[in-house]
Amino acid sequence: MSEETNPLRDAISEAIAENPVILFMKGTPEQPMCGFSARTAAALQSLDAPFAAVDILPDPRIRQELSALSQWPTIPQLFVRGELVGGADIVAEMYESGELAELLGVEPAAQPEPAAEAGGSAPLSIENRLS
Amino acid sequence: MATSEELKQRIEAALPGASAQVSGDDGQHFAAVVAAPQFEGLSRIAQHRLVMDVFAGELGGSIHALSLQTKVAAAAK
Repeated sequence: MSEETNPLRDAISEAIAENPVILFMKGTPEQPMCGFSARTAAALQSLDAPFAAVDILPDPRIRQELSALSQWPTIPQLFVRGELVGGADIVAEMYESGELAELLGVEPAAQPEPAAEAGGSAPLSIENRLS
Repeated sequence: MATSEELKQRIEAALPGASAQVSGDDGQHFAAVVAAPQFEGLSRIAQHRLVMDVFAGELGGSIHALSLQTKVAAAAK
């Protein structure tokens, strides 16, 4: 329970601060390992919104520290400009209402087709910093 | 094991004036639609937190998943 230095939590805070749109998920956008994470990543991809993604599965401590930091128990978690926006339910609701596009400053999805493979490798660079 | 009726009662007790519809019959996975006057002016995340706080410590444990939809209810006059 001590609040000593916590490099992992600091790394997570930093990642949230440095990436305007960052999704913590199970698996990767290309290979999601959970339906909720898959849907949330697909919503972002279909809006063509650039986002960073962090796979929380490689180390259980990532999830522990993330949830301790965000006070949010479940995965996925989407942060926009440093603020927790929500998990799968909230993102889905905001996607459908157009609020997500508005928040991200992009055009609402014309058709619900996920944009394929756009900028596939860049988001994963984040992963290394947390492991 | 939790029942959807129990979740409904706990949500409505914690948020006076709220009405909750809860479904899910496996004792672990639930979906709730909650309308509450307390949600007025809150972000979705804050609305969800109010509901999830009711089950603090149980979510992810005995209650494996609670899918939520929140709506602002008109406050009772």
